[in-house]
Amino acid sequence: MLELVTISTLNGVLYGMLLFLMASGLTLIFSMMGVLNFAHASFYMLGAFFGFQISQVLGFWPAFVVAPVLVGGIGALVERYGLRHVHRHGPVAELLFTFGLAFVIEEVVQMIWGKGPADYRVPAALDFSAFTVFSTNYPAYKMFELLTAVAIFAVLFTVLTRTRVGLIIQASLTHSHMVAMLGHNVPRVFMLVFGVGTGLAAVAGVIAGPALVTQSNMAGALGPILFVVVVVGGLGSLTGAFLASLLIGLVQTFAVSINLSVADVLRGIGVPPPASGVLFDVWDVTVAQIAPIIPYLLLVLILIFRPTGLMGTREH
Amino acid sequence: MSDVASDAVKVPAPGGLSSAGPAAVVRLAAPWTALAVAFSILPTIFTSGSALTMLSMMGIMIVFALSYNMLLGETGLLSFGHAVYYGLGGFLAVHAMNTVIHDALPVPLLVIPLVGGFSGLLFGIIFGSVSTRRAGTVFAMISLGLGELVASSSLILRGFFGGEEGVSTNRTKLLHVFGLNFGPQIQVYYLIAGWCLLCMVAMYALTRTPFGRMCNAVRDNPERVQFVGYNPRTLRFIAFSLAGLFAGIAGALAAINFELVNSAEVGAGQSGLVLLAAYIGGIGSFMGPVIGAVLVTWLEVMLSDVTDVWQLYFGLLFIGMVMFAPNGIAGLLMMHAPLWQARAYGSMLRLALAYLVALVPALVLLAGLILVIEMTYHLTVKGSEGTTISVFHVALDAASTIPWVAAAVLTFGGFWLFRLTWPVVGAAWHDAFAHGRAK
Amino acid sequence: MIAPAVELIDLRKNFDATQIIRGVSLAVPAGERHAIIGPNGAGKSTLFNLISGRLTPTSGTVQLNGEDVTGLPPHQINRRGLSRSFQVTNIFPRLSVWENVRCAVLWSLGHKYAFWRGIEGLADVRERTETILEAVELTGRRRVQAGVLTYAEQRALEIGITIAGGAGIMLLDEPSAGMSVAEAARAVALIRKVSEGRTLIMIEHDMGVVFDIADRISVLVYGQIIASDVPARIKQDSAVQAAYLGTAP
Repeated sequence: MLELVTISTLNGVLYGMLLFLMASGLTLIFSMMGVLNFAHASFYMLGAFFGFQISQVLGFWPAFVVAPVLVGGIGALVERYGLRHVHRHGPVAELLFTFGLAFVIEEVVQMIWGKGPADYRVPAALDFSAFTVFSTNYPAYKMFELLTAVAIFAVLFTVLTRTRVGLIIQASLTHSHMVAMLGHNVPRVFMLVFGVGTGLAAVAGVIAGPALVTQSNMAGALGPILFVVVVVGGLGSLTGAFLASLLIGLVQTFAVSINLSVADVLRGIGVPPPASGVLFDVWDVTVAQIAPIIPYLLLVLILIFRPTGLMGTREH
Repeated sequence: MSDVASDAVKVPAPGGLSSAGPAAVVRLAAPWTALAVAFSILPTIFTSGSALTMLSMMGIMIVFALSYNMLLGETGLLSFGHAVYYGLGGFLAVHAMNTVIHDALPVPLLVIPLVGGFSGLLFGIIFGSVSTRRAGTVFAMISLGLGELVASSSLILRGFFGGEEGVSTNRTKLLHVFGLNFGPQIQVYYLIAGWCLLCMVAMYALTRTPFGRMCNAVRDNPERVQFVGYNPRTLRFIAFSLAGLFAGIAGALAAINFELVNSAEVGAGQSGLVLLAAYIGGIGSFMGPVIGAVLVTWLEVMLSDVTDVWQLYFGLLFIGMVMFAPNGIAGLLMMHAPLWQARAYGSMLRLALAYLVALVPALVLLAGLILVIEMTYHLTVKGSEGTTISVFHVALDAASTIPWVAAAVLTFGGFWLFRLTWPVVGAAWHDAFAHGRAK
Repeated sequence: MIAPAVELIDLRKNFDATQIIRGVSLAVPAGERHAIIGPNGAGKSTLFNLISGRLTPTSGTVQLNGEDVTGLPPHQINRRGLSRSFQVTNIFPRLSVWENVRCAVLWSLGHKYAFWRGIEGLADVRERTETILEAVELTGRRRVQAGVLTYAEQRALEIGITIAGGAGIMLLDEPSAGMSVAEAARAVALIRKVSEGRTLIMIEHDMGVVFDIADRISVLVYGQIIASDVPARIKQDSAVQAAYLGTAP
């Protein structure tokens, strides 16, 4: 039991960190440019596939460095030649542009790599057991993922708070016009932020690809959860995104390991199951089965009780 | 080249029954009667079985896309999960049909779409009470989340959603009225056409009510709406519920047409498709989504026969429209409305000629792009089936360099020539409008 | 003794640590034309936002005709008979001038969310809209899309939307801002005409307009009212002069 809790906590925190790696980029882009990048999970997917392809040729470690840079570069180009052009048509058009982009990226990935999973493997150097928790071996690769995520956040935090560029970015988050009038090249800052944001998503993809599955439906599976994270956390709040990522990461991971069904609970209080009908299915549902939809249930609850999200402001 | 605010500065005067009298009634009913006549005679022009099926699909899509535009175009609500109400309408309709058949109830097929409508309204109210608490980007994300919630539930509630195979039915087994058993596609077409017309009239009428006008107002300036006494949330909630109602009817029509509903109908793909259809057609006018629905259905059927990667072309078309023609096809047409109203036919002809001049290099560019896409596809995934392909009836080997050189020439050359024609079009445009204004 | 049309009791508003409105108390009797003046940044628009429900006060009370409306959302306050215009024109840009005004008359005529009734057939709506358009002299521009009107026309439309609902209490936020002398004179005549028999509270910088229209003037400085009196006495008030012109060193 304790073993299950420990493993689930580790896995849950890891999943939460991966979510935050993506949600942080998304939040930065949103706070800065006012556009919610619908294609954010697509850049995550590109990171995974680029990582896979490059690791086939050059090995995992070069791929780890090159893939996010490439994807971030593509992101910057998308901002420069696509998003910037659409900006004048309003926020709906911007969101729709990123929606179309997500669609096209998925089609292109499918076209090039097919619909099946890619054989993206954990590098041999990390393919061992880091430590043993009770009777389960915890893979070193997962520790690597965790450490990478933490390291990246440390770097990001330092850059944002202690460098000149970081200061400009922080200022542009709320007062981009003023920053422009002070002589800074705000469009270039936008391009940088978009590139870095998508690059972060790509890093998540490169390291998560071997552990989870690398397939053309990755973006479609993770995208909605990502948006639930930012809405639950409060749109535009990095702290909120962090809390929500951890919350959803832990809840989903724990839920998957709980085999309690509705029937078990109701039988415990003396309610007999129905013989047939629509609700018959619901009776046998276990918590593990509804784990994929728990984020959405959380979304509904937040909307009823705290519509601006955990840390959201009234404005957004 | 265009921006979202329409160039048509004069908004058409409200006609209608205010200026009472038979002339006004005729003016009001004329377009709809013409449409009814057109719907009726279409099968005599397009007689093949596949054409009838496509026409039926178009009818369904028209209702679905119009219901979507009640949200986006009329009220400013961008939803990524509208297929929920469409799909649930379909599911409730099939279950109703199966119950009617099983219990031999005296219910004719003609009224089954009402079941879809009821379902759409019910779920629209339930989910709308939660969704419409926020607007804008957050609303869009909520709609996405709810859509995923319902789509994922389909794996759990296997009894209702029928698992992977879905739920099937037989539309000929319901009560026959007027000797119609709705087995042949032509009968189904007329059923769909009739309901489509009914829904179109209803949705248009809604735009001409106090509620409909305030929906436009809340789209343009939700803050000011409050200061004239209206609660924006209530407006959005009602719009959402009614949009669900009509989406449900569309879903029921689809259930009748295909005699099968599966969980894909509530999924993100279906939601994306109706968004594409409405947007490409043009969300700024009532008939825009109709145009989009017809075009998208046609492309979906025709393109998927020609190439495997038709969805990629769809996506690229969509992005192109978002970037260069955000008001859709209807918007592009309406840009020319002042010329039409001023009867500046000479100017319009010259403009059309300029468009033609620009069209040629544009087609060359398009050919180049298609070549690149198709060859890439055949080099990568389909490479196992050999790299020879047939593009525009010309056999090419995607693995050799010559076709790639040709593609590069077509693409870059076409783009360069296309750019050269832009000033020509610009000049023709200025001339046309200078003339038009002078009149 | 009938309640004043608008009464503010020790109204305060903080934004985080900053106090913008620091205890404003004011009573405007029904039918009075009241102007609020003051230097930039005094909090005049914030005060309007508090009265009209756009912002919630940190503490204090807002009463309309004796009823406590503190913290109610804007549409509820509007339904209780208060209407306001905006300093930055806040119209429906894609609708025509006619439709703009029509939207503003619907609720007060009781049509609410009716989606079962055609709007073209509603004679009361048509007549009221026509009347308002005549009052703001935009009849000839009725079919023009509001977004392409000239600035002065948009300001006139702004006033039109504000009065369309027949509210008994009108809040006008710098109605003559950005206007030429001639346009301002026309605006003044219009405001005087439409505020006949109603309560008017007006924020204005143009002293000519203020002394032309106002029965009483309140001076707001740094979130507090330093003087509230008839125009003649305000002109003489030393505190007001100091606030505007500064004190001698």
